[in-house]
Amino acid sequence: MKTAPAAAGWTREQMAQRAAADIPAGAYVNLGIGIPELVAQFTGVDAGVIFQTENGLLGMGPAPAPGHEDPELINAGKKAVTAIPGAAYFHHADSFAMIRGGHIDICVLGAMQVSAAGDLANWSTGEADAIPAVGGAMDLVAGVKRVFVLTEHTTKTGVPKIVSACTYPLTGRKVVDRIYTNLAVIQVTPAGLVVRELAPGISLEVLQQHTGAPLRLAATVPDNSPGAAS
Amino acid sequence: MRINKCLDSAARAVADIHDGASVMIGGFGEAGSPIELIHALIDQGAKDLTVISNNTGSGRVGLAALIAAGRVRKMICSYPRSANSTVFPELYRQGRIELELTPQGTLAERIRAGGAGIPAFYTAAAVGTVLATGKEVRRFDGREFVLEPGLRADFALVKAQRGDPYGNLVYHKTARNFGPIMCMAARITIVQVSELVAPGGLDPETVITPGIFVQRLVVVAQPAQESRLVKEGRSYP
Repeated sequence: MKTAPAAAGWTREQMAQRAAADIPAGAYVNLGIGIPELVAQFTGVDAGVIFQTENGLLGMGPAPAPGHEDPELINAGKKAVTAIPGAAYFHHADSFAMIRGGHIDICVLGAMQVSAAGDLANWSTGEADAIPAVGGAMDLVAGVKRVFVLTEHTTKTGVPKIVSACTYPLTGRKVVDRIYTNLAVIQVTPAGLVVRELAPGISLEVLQQHTGAPLRLAATVPDNSPGAAS
Repeated sequence: MRINKCLDSAARAVADIHDGASVMIGGFGEAGSPIELIHALIDQGAKDLTVISNNTGSGRVGLAALIAAGRVRKMICSYPRSANSTVFPELYRQGRIELELTPQGTLAERIRAGGAGIPAFYTAAAVGTVLATGKEVRRFDGREFVLEPGLRADFALVKAQRGDPYGNLVYHKTARNFGPIMCMAARITIVQVSELVAPGGLDPETVITPGIFVQRLVVVAQPAQESRLVKEGRSYP
């Protein structure tokens, strides 16, 4: 696959903050492991947002102070968390009834690859000696109302993660609504990928160089390209 | 004589688990993992087990130790690797243990359905992925779903916080996870509780698992903490 010179754009925290800004008050949200966990720093109960973790907690709060961890109060990544006042515990079948039954408004997940059609691959490289482990990802993308992907725009070696068609085993077909990367915010539409926002200093041309599928700019978004009409 | 499901030791509680048995083991990571019952099962010696559990344990204690001892023929789980999880990956790469990988929500619903007497159900999870390969697909309201079978087991090993002699249970925080549905889905459900109370000691309004789903109860007042044992480099036996 083609690679292009590194482009910086937003930090991980800024990416998480950008995604958090699109989560409306009243939303019940499930956060995946990795960068998505950072979203909790930028929204939460004071913004009218409740976090669900699929291992049985509605109303997940931040990590406890050191020394106050409870090994039986953890998130899906098996890290210690807290429960907010007004939280609820439940068993796994109820948890996935929330997820599969369409009661969760948004999930924010990491990705290995996202296709132009919104296919997501985020659980396996498909290599022969890889240990396959899927967790709740397939249930989440099948059942949650809107799926946000939060990921670096390319791999560490600069290979695009946003592609025409995924080559890794799929988590779900046509499930992703919006992609937040260090370079841009991209909407998946029936007509392809539409750039809703560019990170500071990132032009459509540079973004396209780092993307394996055609992009077009939303009418409302100014291009940052040198010489582009502003 | 009134019902009393309490036994005086974990060893007695697991004594009749036979070679080739299917065993559901509660827990999500270490939270809710019935480590003392698993260690009693290791001591007891049953082999060729099919184990249904979300993960495959960590370090060389608890579920990981049962697998390391070569007692498990097949795992049915959603996430067989995590931090400090080396036993299962090694055996899997050597072709010495079978894996049936199931999406986590599908695993939970298969167990719930099994316990509720429902032989199979349709779910949208895994449609269009390799995990739907070979499964019946049916369309409802224009959307595709895959058929998944309910799961039952010969035995379930579960950890709860508090119980009474009838087997009524309450759990602790996110250690509840698979416990209540596994209690429903096994022919013989064996539960370790940290605390035993007399009948009436649990508010009926707050009972999570009604006693009908539990056959045996053992008190383990101070259960070991898996992550601490792993950190200390302990192994079992």
